[in-house]
Amino acid sequence: MADVTFTVNGKSLQAPAGTLLIDACKRSGIEIPAFCYYEGLALQAACRMCLVEVEKAPKLLAGCTLPVAEGMVVHTESPAVVKARKTTLEFLLTNHPLDCPVCDKGGECELQDMVFRYGAGESRFTEIKHHVDEKQWSPVVYFDAPRCILCYRCVRICDEGLGVKALGVTNRGAYAEITPNKGDHLECDECGSCIDICPVGALTSGIYRYQTRPWEMEHVGTICTHCSNGCKTTLGVKNDQIIRGNNRDRSGINGEFLCVKGRYAFDFVGHAERLQSPLMRVDGKLVEVSWSKALAHVAQKFSEIKAAGGKFGVIGSEHTTNEENFYLQKFARQGLGTPHIDHRRSGDVPALLDAVSGKSGALATTADLYNAKAVLIIGSDLSQQHPFLAYQIRSDARHHQAKIFTVTEGPVREDKVAAKKVRAAAGEQLAAVMGLAEDLRAAGDLVVVFGDSIQGSAVGELVSFIDSLGVPAKYVCLVDYANSRGALDMGLAPHLGPGYHAAAQTGMSLSEMLADATLDALWVVGSNPLKSAKLASEKAFVVVQELFLTETAQRADVVLPAASAYEKSGTVTNVCGEAQRLRKAVSVMGAKADLDIFGLLARGMRLDLGQAAPDKVFEEIRTSVHGYNVPLPVIATGGAAMTAPVNGRLPAAAQPPAIQSARDSLFTSGSLGRYSKVLKTVLEAPGGLYKP
Amino acid sequence: MTFSPELEQRFAEMAAKYPEGRQKACLIPMLMYAQDEVGYMTEELKEEIAKRLGISVLEVNEVVGYYTMMRKKRMGKTHLQICTNISCLLWDGDKLWERACQKLGIGHNEVTADGAISLEEVECIGACSWAPAIQTNYDFHHNVTPEQLDKLIDDLRKA
Amino acid sequence: MNPSLLHDAPHPAETIVLGKRFRLPNSRSIDTYLANDGYQAFMKASKMTPDEIINEVKTSNLRGRGGAGFPTGMKWSFVPKQSPKPKYIVVNGDESEPGTCKDRVLIQYDPHQLIEGILIAGMSVDAHRGWIYIRGEYRYLIDIMDKAISEAYARGWLGKNIQGTGFDFELSTHTGAGAYECGEESALLESLEGKRGVPRIRPPFPAVSGAFQCPTILNNVETFAAVPGILQMGGQAWADLGIPKAGGTKLTCLTGHVNRPGVYELALGFPVRRMLEEVGGGIRGGKKLKAMIPGGSSCPILTGEEAWELNMDYDSMAKVKTMLGSGGVVIMDEDTDMVKAALRIIRFYQHESCGWCIPCREGTLWLKKLLTRLDEGVGTVQDIDLVGDLADNMLGRTFCPLGDAAAMPMMSIVRKFRHEFEAKLAQKSVSMAGLPQLVSING
Ligand SMILES: Cc1cc2nc3c(=O)[nH]c(=O)nc-3n(C[C@H](O)[C@H](O)[C@H](O)COP(=O)(O)O)c2cc1C
Ligand code: SF4
Ligand code: FES
Repeated sequence: MADVTFTVNGKSLQAPAGTLLIDACKRSGIEIPAFCYYEGLALQAACRMCLVEVEKAPKLLAGCTLPVAEGMVVHTESPAVVKARKTTLEFLLTNHPLDCPVCDKGGECELQDMVFRYGAGESRFTEIKHHVDEKQWSPVVYFDAPRCILCYRCVRICDEGLGVKALGVTNRGAYAEITPNKGDHLECDECGSCIDICPVGALTSGIYRYQTRPWEMEHVGTICTHCSNGCKTTLGVKNDQIIRGNNRDRSGINGEFLCVKGRYAFDFVGHAERLQSPLMRVDGKLVEVSWSKALAHVAQKFSEIKAAGGKFGVIGSEHTTNEENFYLQKFARQGLGTPHIDHRRSGDVPALLDAVSGKSGALATTADLYNAKAVLIIGSDLSQQHPFLAYQIRSDARHHQAKIFTVTEGPVREDKVAAKKVRAAAGEQLAAVMGLAEDLRAAGDLVVVFGDSIQGSAVGELVSFIDSLGVPAKYVCLVDYANSRGALDMGLAPHLGPGYHAAAQTGMSLSEMLADATLDALWVVGSNPLKSAKLASEKAFVVVQELFLTETAQRADVVLPAASAYEKSGTVTNVCGEAQRLRKAVSVMGAKADLDIFGLLARGMRLDLGQAAPDKVFEEIRTSVHGYNVPLPVIATGGAAMTAPVNGRLPAAAQPPAIQSARDSLFTSGSLGRYSKVLKTVLEAPGGLYKP
Repeated sequence: MTFSPELEQRFAEMAAKYPEGRQKACLIPMLMYAQDEVGYMTEELKEEIAKRLGISVLEVNEVVGYYTMMRKKRMGKTHLQICTNISCLLWDGDKLWERACQKLGIGHNEVTADGAISLEEVECIGACSWAPAIQTNYDFHHNVTPEQLDKLIDDLRKA
Repeated sequence: MNPSLLHDAPHPAETIVLGKRFRLPNSRSIDTYLANDGYQAFMKASKMTPDEIINEVKTSNLRGRGGAGFPTGMKWSFVPKQSPKPKYIVVNGDESEPGTCKDRVLIQYDPHQLIEGILIAGMSVDAHRGWIYIRGEYRYLIDIMDKAISEAYARGWLGKNIQGTGFDFELSTHTGAGAYECGEESALLESLEGKRGVPRIRPPFPAVSGAFQCPTILNNVETFAAVPGILQMGGQAWADLGIPKAGGTKLTCLTGHVNRPGVYELALGFPVRRMLEEVGGGIRGGKKLKAMIPGGSSCPILTGEEAWELNMDYDSMAKVKTMLGSGGVVIMDEDTDMVKAALRIIRFYQHESCGWCIPCREGTLWLKKLLTRLDEGVGTVQDIDLVGDLADNMLGRTFCPLGDAAAMPMMSIVRKFRHEFEAKLAQKSVSMAGLPQLVSING
């Protein structure tokens, strides 16, 4: 829209017609205070903090709902405005308990800040306050009604942002109260967005409350280790313990969005069953040994097996960093000389990269999901499996009226905003998509998001079908975990090296390794393949790097306690191919980062694989892996850098079988989820798919 | 949950009175007419209406909490509502209120032990020119004298 | 059981237009209505263009009878002529402003007049569906209205192709459930849609986006009820009944300390003195007039001296900084306890504040607590100033006019009757002398 010129506090400003005064002012560095106004959420004009004086208007007007107009003359600090602000604060404080010293929000409270800045002075209120007891709505959500200022942010974020609508308002007037969907408790995503968005201490977190004062924590911005969406989370750390996760500074790709896992499921870090000492099998039993003994033993055994021309199988992880994955495949291929390397694969990324080869910009970023004119979701219960992608799509529908199409085996939350929803079994989803040809063509710019129901040749068919519609399209191939995508990009695949180059020699896939009775050694890093399968080779020397004594670790000859993503540095690549940097928040005694373990083993085996330091390996990745030549400052400053792993056809290697999503819900997260108390104690645990 | 055939009929007709897809508009009338049969907003009633309108119980609770006439608990067979707002006050509506409280031994939004009568001090009921005014359930009584109030209460007790 | 709302005969000073059928036997039946000019205005309108209808209403100087007094014809002309969405008519029968009980009379005695007004409004903006929102306490009136509507359907005055005019209209009642705020037009629309009665952000105004987000005419019961008469007698004739800029008659609810309270149809501009002395039969018990609220409890209060010389119309009231409002006149004699009156009024607004915005939600509660204390004679002179100050801090800053409705009477009462507040404090401090001072420590 065309710009209009208007005046604020004597300063001439310009903004597109229709811009809200509060936003226009903010962009020009003029703050109009507000509680209920929240960018991106429905307008309320309820708190009246943003009242401003507009010349020729008979009374003060709310800046949060006032579109700027040509010639408008506004005063945001005139005596009338300042007085209105002060008195609104005075009104607010009449029923607000002044228990700041024991309130979790103290120091981060918008009401406190507002009173500090705009002042309510002394209160003239000497009456009795209306008291209501605090309530617990779920293991993670507490509500203290008297502190609530009724800004309705929580109600809106839950309804508009999450599509859940678990919070509402009941009663009337001064007794109006935020209320949960189940009368006395909540049944929802337990994402904690309501707590985070609450400007005061009305909603508090069951995990964090009364643990600390905000200024006593160190705030470490890193990437969530659970699903593949790659949300940034800021961990509040005190005494080497994580006590809070949030993203109030909205610095990452996810803005302030976090799901229950990103916000609370860091608690596996301190789980009592966390491995803190290496274990070695002695007389058939795993016993604790020192790091040096364990490492020496592994190095020796690996060297012996290598010297004897034995058969190694290496299984990598979907949670370890790009640096670790890159180093591990190098270790396997160059160090051990084995082609047998793989990881549990959850989406057919190679097939997609092959199908879109030659097209530029065919891979969607998370931001594209928010800006697309239309989104086609195939074969995923997105709100459960990819909550941030779902949030982006929901916001797209809300803010840009994007057309959403769902083709899934059961009902999904996205149906609510969908232009069309289609139910189809996994095998019939491609056909169902083709049935939407007319709608898709009409909808325009498209992002296609597909899960494991589209794999192998179906991926190519999908892409050619979309091509035939003649609308610009981008794709996201859904994968499960924090670095599932990075594992593929870094070449943890039997037929593909880093950057999807053909492996010099095609090795066995994960399932083939497990089934090979002649395997001499199996090295499993951060993965639990034996949870659902058996290892055929009885003689195999098994080394496992893990956080917990998983089914796979129990079969190991040596177990090496590994550090989680919150305990190390490096980079990970999310489902869309955006690389981001992990920052070490805490350390757990006894555990080592996988990269450190690799380095020590390489040294023990006298292999020259380069220095096993995150920065050094990342530099090697940047210069040697296609599409990872990302600008360093972006990564270094905590930004997300889009990677573009290939732009040519992929080697036509035999398609390895078994690409299958673990189908985690919001309340499960592979092994890590099993060791998160929070995920288990919420009412919704363990959760299921396709039951919105 | 079952309602009388008349109420079912009313519900059926009601649905057609609002634009397609906006049937949530039936919520308040449905609750009010159902309350006449059920007595108050029971959990079962709220769930039933939510189900019929395809909305959440939360949306029903939001509404029930808001409106004064939506009863949160069971009231007496006769709900005696006495206006004490300004025009009635000027005709001693407040004294009528106190008299009723004393006579019945109950207060605002309370019910007599036998469940026969409940009391509510109400805001203006639109009978200001005929003050002081009271309502028994939906019936209006105008220009009520203390004696008339006594008799009314006695009759209700006997009934 | 619906008690009669009328005196046996109209008062000679009344100008009977709206009420011309009120005292006929069976006045609310369609037969009575048809036999007494009923639906003739609609037939007349059906031969006019929409613009002609709206112009007739403009000429009549009809101003909204719900309280704000907005020119009705102008409001109707705001409805977009071309709209891809359907248009609706919504009738405001929430009548909850203390002192007001006139819509009740209109529905109880002549429901078809209202239906006819709605039909004409529908015709003027090409609307084909309407709802009459009636406060829940008026259940018997909803039943009366429902019956009238079904009669109208049965006799072809509602439904498809009404009387061969080619005009379709569907009409139904919609019950409220006890909430004054639902009289505010946008909150009413929320309530109609099945939600909490909290107001909407405006613009857009209902004429552009009202019921179900479609263009909507929303007026008070009396406003619609006036329309058939206007079309029948002609806008100019109707305007001439009143005074310049405000046409016609207005149902006036005389309440409080007069000898003959009641609902009377008075021409706009009717002198207060005559209204009290002749129509109302004088102040009860021959007492002196202490104060008068001219149009429902939200209007700034007038002292007896101020009121006596005024006329009942929009501009006269505006000159003394009050409003004609909804026509609910509250008369207070010399014995009235003004502190108690102030407390009762603020109790109402506190109870009815929807809670949406801070100044209204917290301000009304604080004022209620403060006035409760002052009424008990506990407090200081500064507390009296505080009443006025808090009200002033609410005024003009709330989301909807309910905050103003609460603030205006408070400001005017403490200003004009301050001495009564002081006297109460003085009385108490004498009787409490020697007792420890009562101060809340729970602040
Ligand atoms: C708090 C509040 C309560 C109101 N209550 C009523 C009411 O009960 N009846 C009514 O007709 N208008 C009421 N109004 C006025 C309406 O908002 C609206 O102006 C009116 O219905 C428009 O109709 P009119 O132009 O015919 O007066 C109220 C306004 C406010 C702010
Ligand atoms: S709980 Fe917090 S976010 Fe919700 S309305 Fe109250 S103050 Fe606002
Ligand atoms: S004040 Fe009692 S009915 Fe109006």
